[in-house]
Amino acid sequence: MVAPDPATPGPAALEPPAGGAPPAADPPSRAFAIATAAMVVALVAAPHVGVYPVFLMKALCFALFACAFNLLVGYVGLLSFGHAMFFGTAGYVSAYAAKVWGLSPELAILAGTVASTLLGLVSGVLAIRRQGIYFAMITLAIAQMMFFFYLQAPFTGGEDGIQSVPRGRLLGVVDLANPLAMYYVVLAIFVAGFLAIRRIIHSPFGQVLKAIRENEPRAVSLGYDADRYKLVAFVLSAALSGVAGATKAIVFQLASLTDVQWQMSGEVVLMTLLGGMGTIFGPVVGAFTIISLEHYLADRGQWVTVITGAIFVVCVLAFRRGIVGEIAAAWAKRGR
Amino acid sequence: MIEIFGIPMQALLGQLLIGLINGAFYAMLSLGLAVIFGLLNIINFTHGAQYMMGAFAAWLLLDRLGVGYWWSLAIAPVAVGAFGVVVERTMLARLYKLDHLYGLLLTFGLALVIQGLFQNEYGSSGLPYRLPSEFAGAFDLGFMMLPRYRAWVVVASVVVCAATWYVIERTKLGSYLRAATENPALVQSFGVNVPRMVTLTYGFGVGLAALAGVMAAPIYQVNPLMGANLIIVVFAVVVIGGMGSIAGSIVTGFGLGVIEGLTKVFYPEASNTVIFVIMVIVLLVKPAGLFGRER
Repeated sequence: MVAPDPATPGPAALEPPAGGAPPAADPPSRAFAIATAAMVVALVAAPHVGVYPVFLMKALCFALFACAFNLLVGYVGLLSFGHAMFFGTAGYVSAYAAKVWGLSPELAILAGTVASTLLGLVSGVLAIRRQGIYFAMITLAIAQMMFFFYLQAPFTGGEDGIQSVPRGRLLGVVDLANPLAMYYVVLAIFVAGFLAIRRIIHSPFGQVLKAIRENEPRAVSLGYDADRYKLVAFVLSAALSGVAGATKAIVFQLASLTDVQWQMSGEVVLMTLLGGMGTIFGPVVGAFTIISLEHYLADRGQWVTVITGAIFVVCVLAFRRGIVGEIAAAWAKRGR
Repeated sequence: MIEIFGIPMQALLGQLLIGLINGAFYAMLSLGLAVIFGLLNIINFTHGAQYMMGAFAAWLLLDRLGVGYWWSLAIAPVAVGAFGVVVERTMLARLYKLDHLYGLLLTFGLALVIQGLFQNEYGSSGLPYRLPSEFAGAFDLGFMMLPRYRAWVVVASVVVCAATWYVIERTKLGSYLRAATENPALVQSFGVNVPRMVTLTYGFGVGLAALAGVMAAPIYQVNPLMGANLIIVVFAVVVIGGMGSIAGSIVTGFGLGVIEGLTKVFYPEASNTVIFVIMVIVLLVKPAGLFGRER
């Protein structure tokens, strides 16, 4: 872990992004607090106004996954195309821990998170050796290697996956078979992860990450070890993706190949892009949008793939700031 | 029967041949990616889908119009290449001033759209493509039977790769191309129409993918997802070779195909992953790739 040096503030004058990544729209603390409170209230109330808890839990797991992914792409500028490996690995390990070892859900999720953190460390050391497009291709290739590993490994159940994983009792007390209890646990995990990411971004460490994103040579010339910062960010992102994947495995009582496939890596990219890369709420909005879309198009065959792809194309061509980014930009214009 | 390391000679040669054929496709696809990347700085994620479109074009020409294999070899790459030109003009051209990753995202989305549409239309199971009658039978090499079509694929892909290499490295046109890769603004100022060259280069790279698709049609089943998994392997090939050199991407493609084939003989469990493992090792030893330059 790189201890952020409090005596060294992040470089104040960042260069505007060179026509590339849209400027991060970070709400000031008060606006953030209000928006977060509103989001939490809405999520606490949602199952009581008729929203299906399983749907909400799925969306929350993906929202946390997308937030974790956004930490890397939005604030360090590293586009990983293999994040499904962390999501899926944690899912497999926590499902195995809960089912075969009989661990309680919190320990199972912890085990999954540890596994994805270690995988993040190993793959991160390799991937940060290259940048940009190569970084994307390398992460994709490593994730594909992990996919084939899980396809063949005896403990994953191959095409069937690990099924009927017990949800168990949280801390030996709360029975998670109750959907509402499970939902509030997922919500708590999501909010904790979300706030942790916000904290990371606003720490001196996060400022250095942004400096590296904007101008790596300059950050290096200021004495920051860019590779170490990138690696720590990569591992943090992998760990939080792992929390999301492990939670999803416990919620759905299933760990399967779907969660380690490259399509899943693409999906989290899409959620973040659609919601707004480098915005704190963007990935949440993106995840809820995409999961709803899939929910309503579930019986329309491959039209989901077509529409997903079309959203990608439209976002890249016309809508690069994403939903939240565009709203923030419009807001800033209005206030000027 | 001759055995090498306890493996029957015939099995070894058989897998070597399959490896060589896979290598031929890796080489043609990574070559196309390298040519496109050189000039456009875009990693063309749609490459796998365009390879699939080539195979489907051949299948449709035969099934719907009765047009045979040889005509398909010419028509499919031109048709899919023309599609590529449209994509470049209408979409990719808007992205050149932005971060190169947007090109990756756009082509990824496009690949999903194309694959989804083909899956809706033709399902996900494979469609067989009848082997042209000229290629029925096999050459008896004494120690093994070499199916004629497979021999043709290897020879044809070597010729295509060599011709591409020759055009880029040894002709005037190729020298413009290489110059534009180094410094587009300067080449433009000499009166070369660089945007048009970029468009045609993309069309050419895409056509190459479609040509590989036509050649693959009689060997593998024609399937909407045939390019999706292949393209990830080809990405690993590209990372291993590095994209600095045309010859490098050809050699790496064939070499990795053969290594993959040999792995199937000696340690079948690893045959799916061996290329990725090699990629990891290359990244540790020579991050720029075997033939690459750091840029």
